[in-house]
Amino acid sequence: MALLEIKNLTRRFGSFVAVDNVSLSINVGEFFCLLGPSGCGKTTLLRMVAGFDQPDLGGVWIDGHDVSSVAPEHRDVHTVFQSYALFPHMSVFDNIAFPLRMAQVAAAQIRARVDEALEDVRLSGMSKRYPNELSGGQRQRVAVARALVNRPKILLLDEPLAALDAKLKEQMQLELITLQKEVGVTFIYVTHDQQEALALAHRIAVMNHGRIEQLDEPSKIYNSPKNRFVADFIGTCNLLDASVTSAGGERMRLEIAGLGSVSQSQSEGASVGAKGVLALRPEKISIGYAVPADAELNHFHGKVFDFLYLGDVTLYVVEMENGQRIEAMLPNSAPGRAKFFEPGDAVEVSWRTDAGTFLLD
Amino acid sequence: MKVSRTQRWAVGAPPLLYLLIFFAIPTLIMVVASFRQPGEYGGLAPLFLEGENGTWRLDVTLESYRAVFSDTLYTGLFLKSFGYALVTTFACLVIAYPLALLIARSPAKVRDLLVLLVILPFWSNFLIRVYAWMIILGPQSAFILGLNGLLGSVGLEPVELLNTPFAVVVGLVYVHLPFMVLPLYANLEKHDPSLLDAAQDLGANAWQRFWRVIFPLSLPGVYAGAALVFIPAFGIFAIPDILGGTTGIMIGNVIKQQFLETRDWPFGSVLSMILTAIAVLVAGLAAWFARRSRL
Repeated sequence: MALLEIKNLTRRFGSFVAVDNVSLSINVGEFFCLLGPSGCGKTTLLRMVAGFDQPDLGGVWIDGHDVSSVAPEHRDVHTVFQSYALFPHMSVFDNIAFPLRMAQVAAAQIRARVDEALEDVRLSGMSKRYPNELSGGQRQRVAVARALVNRPKILLLDEPLAALDAKLKEQMQLELITLQKEVGVTFIYVTHDQQEALALAHRIAVMNHGRIEQLDEPSKIYNSPKNRFVADFIGTCNLLDASVTSAGGERMRLEIAGLGSVSQSQSEGASVGAKGVLALRPEKISIGYAVPADAELNHFHGKVFDFLYLGDVTLYVVEMENGQRIEAMLPNSAPGRAKFFEPGDAVEVSWRTDAGTFLLD
Repeated sequence: MKVSRTQRWAVGAPPLLYLLIFFAIPTLIMVVASFRQPGEYGGLAPLFLEGENGTWRLDVTLESYRAVFSDTLYTGLFLKSFGYALVTTFACLVIAYPLALLIARSPAKVRDLLVLLVILPFWSNFLIRVYAWMIILGPQSAFILGLNGLLGSVGLEPVELLNTPFAVVVGLVYVHLPFMVLPLYANLEKHDPSLLDAAQDLGANAWQRFWRVIFPLSLPGVYAGAALVFIPAFGIFAIPDILGGTTGIMIGNVIKQQFLETRDWPFGSVLSMILTAIAVLVAGLAAWFARRSRL
């Protein structure tokens, strides 16, 4: 049985539908991500799980119990708030002891459990400090320790790393993964940062306009996006409008407007005349001065328009003959110069027939 | 930005001058007066007396201090006034807190209107407002007639409220209430609502959220309001004059009497000095507590 069951959840604010008929279930010990742009309804969904907001339709079940009439203070769910919401008048110790005191844990036990929680987040010896004496990263750890100290069934994290700089963010991501494995608590993590979601989650629900666009493992979300929104939102993706000209067998042919005909792995439900979009990741596209001899390749002429040197890779923007621009990403670790092509160079753009995903409109 | 010496003086001089003229110098005059002899017909005797062979000597005495501290009447009056001011401060806090919380939680538009209502009484004269209470608590008011009718119907003796300590405290609370509401509101309005969400999320019920989060965070406002109510209430004379009769007299009345009726200025000065010393002590205590709460 699923630990958290959300069924047909709907929340409206006036005529705006923040969460639109969402159903999903989350298992014990899972690290689950709600990913979407701001305003997609992910935070509203989280608040309904925590109990701060009530759904207009549908409901939330925790461990098989309908919690719609259970107040937030009685739900076995804790939240790490985006602003951390540490109590400024309490020391780190008192902040972390707060949920234990609310649960009337014996004073002798509180000491030991707070120390343990501090150790979990590597803040041993900081218990006497006050929140205003801590760095951003330390505050974040205290917020996590406080929310986990009495081992809730579910921990909700509302963009907890949004305020941290890139380096610290990466470090905290690794620590969160380790911590989640150690404590075994189910994490539901809200973020608008697709890289963060891909790095952290066991499963991701991509949300847009209050609906779940796709719910899958990170690699499936990245490699087989279900629709145009997911393909566009996760990572960078070249989206080429296309229609099917011949179908059946292993390959089908697509006509890309203004560019020409390409061969593409047959996708389910794509019949002759169907319209859609061919989604191609930049790292699956090669460019070179000559076309490699390979029957499985689609190739076109293009001209390098610009490039971005990103350290480990270089992103080339290539202008095709129809004026459309395609992004291709090449690793810099290959021997020779770090930079291979200059703007204005005539190049051959190619990709394997199974490199892209054809998404029906 | 670098501030030049001249600029600093230009900004600092007017308030400094104000404090010097209206606080430091009068206090100094009072200190000197407390050591002088009372004049033959009231007021102060000359500070210098002419001796036998043309010398002058300073005519100072500790007599007024001796008189104040040897008579338990004055110690009692100080204690009583302290008690009234304490009860007033506490009553103001209990009434003002929910009001300030309500204003702070109201939508922005309503909030401004409610703050305006709190300061509205200041638009009419202080004495007129206190006289109004004389009528409300007086023997012929609808309030007293109704109250005594109610008491009579359950077999209790009728009560008189005017000219009692109760009437004084009612007047004190009424007049000083805005001085408690405003600093409390200013504090509560700044509270981060996510702290309350966090407290509730971590298992705190409404009562625990109040006592463990809202109230401790509002302590600087409580201390500021308490000082603003306690200090003026402690030394006031107009309210006990109007509402207190003979039983509701406070130390402020005695000081006023010493200066205007008995005309024993040195004695009045000693009482004033003690009053000021206690007020400074209370203000210092409030500031110390506020700083200790680390907010």
